[in-house]
Amino acid sequence: MASLRDILRKIGAVKNTKQITRAMNMVAASKLRNTQGKMEKFEPYAGKFAKVLGSLASRIDPDIHPLLVKKEQVSRVELLHFTADRGLCGSFNVNTINVAEKWIKEQHAQKRDCNLTLVGKKGRDYFKKRGYSITASHTNIYGTVDISFVNQMTREFIGRYLSDETDEVYMIYTRFLGVVKQEPTLVRLLPIEPPQTGEETQEGVSEYLCEPGAEGLMLELLPKHMSVQIFNAFLQNEVSEHASRMTAMDNATKNCGELVENLTLVYNKARQAAITAELMDIVGGAEALK
Amino acid sequence: MGRLYLEVVTPQGVLVSQEVDSVVAPGTEGEFGVLPDHVLFLSGIVPGELRYMSGSVKGSMVVTTGFAEVSNDKVSVLVDAAEKTSEIDKERAQQAMERARRRLAKERESEDVDFARAQLALERAIARVRAVDKTA
Repeated sequence: MASLRDILRKIGAVKNTKQITRAMNMVAASKLRNTQGKMEKFEPYAGKFAKVLGSLASRIDPDIHPLLVKKEQVSRVELLHFTADRGLCGSFNVNTINVAEKWIKEQHAQKRDCNLTLVGKKGRDYFKKRGYSITASHTNIYGTVDISFVNQMTREFIGRYLSDETDEVYMIYTRFLGVVKQEPTLVRLLPIEPPQTGEETQEGVSEYLCEPGAEGLMLELLPKHMSVQIFNAFLQNEVSEHASRMTAMDNATKNCGELVENLTLVYNKARQAAITAELMDIVGGAEALK
Repeated sequence: MGRLYLEVVTPQGVLVSQEVDSVVAPGTEGEFGVLPDHVLFLSGIVPGELRYMSGSVKGSMVVTTGFAEVSNDKVSVLVDAAEKTSEIDKERAQQAMERARRRLAKERESEDVDFARAQLALERAIARVRAVDKTA
């Protein structure tokens, strides 16, 4: 049986850990609120954008733009993958990496080359170690990302797509469904699938006067559409990370509390046993003196 | 007279959302003005100054690329970034313009994405400086 002092030391250690996890929980909670605010601010832009693009897409020929046309031969694909920069957020990174790796294996099984663009340190470390082909990786950019950075990313993807260096582009990010539910999601970026048009936009759309023409406008809007999607992924992924960390740290704090309770019980028992043993000694000694 | 409703939306949030009398915006094919009962209209937006009148109050802001939609007396401007002209620091804007000029001169030989980027940056910077100059 462990000595009293050992148990005390252990209780101290667990209490320290508990303090750390509780602090991390609170930091994650405040970051979560922060990023959720950013996400809410982005929503009107994304919503409006999808509406206009949808109504525009419904009345132009889908063959007009190479970004909309499916390539017949697909031999090279690209994946944009999002992970967190840090760990200690439950199964967040593991989940999304598993989904991505499974998907990559499927592509390999179909004899397609797969190149990766990675956002987040955890994913980069994982895929680099295992020798996957990586086109680019970005780390420590969550929180500082703005639309111009995303635009640049979009331009690179489109450039490679148009010069036939890649035939399809996908992305995997963790979608935020709620504080306790996040889900790795696969989205095809290129060729672009125009957003579905709602019924109400169907009528009256043709009366739009366009500058510089519906097609010209479409050419400008398609890359933007991709940027909007990627930017959205950035935000969602960040929010999911914080939510995931918050839950994980909350659980850890609870477990620490339980551990302290159990250890205290063990400590008290041991203390009592020691006292009893001492008493027995004294009584035994007094008995012997008689 | 029916009033217009102007909305300027960026990925960072909604900047302007208010009733106005008229709007003048920098479209891809040149500046265009919008008054109430405008026809349904869609246009690309290039870096420049967006002006609006609300009663006797004039408003001005600098926008970057994006597009605008006019429907049912509602003007929605969706741009990458926008700031109110009154909030622009003239000196910083001018510095940014100089920086963009120099970069552009350097990148001229290499005809790739960086060139396009530098050019866009310069356009934005010029738009900012011009807008500030006008109000000053």
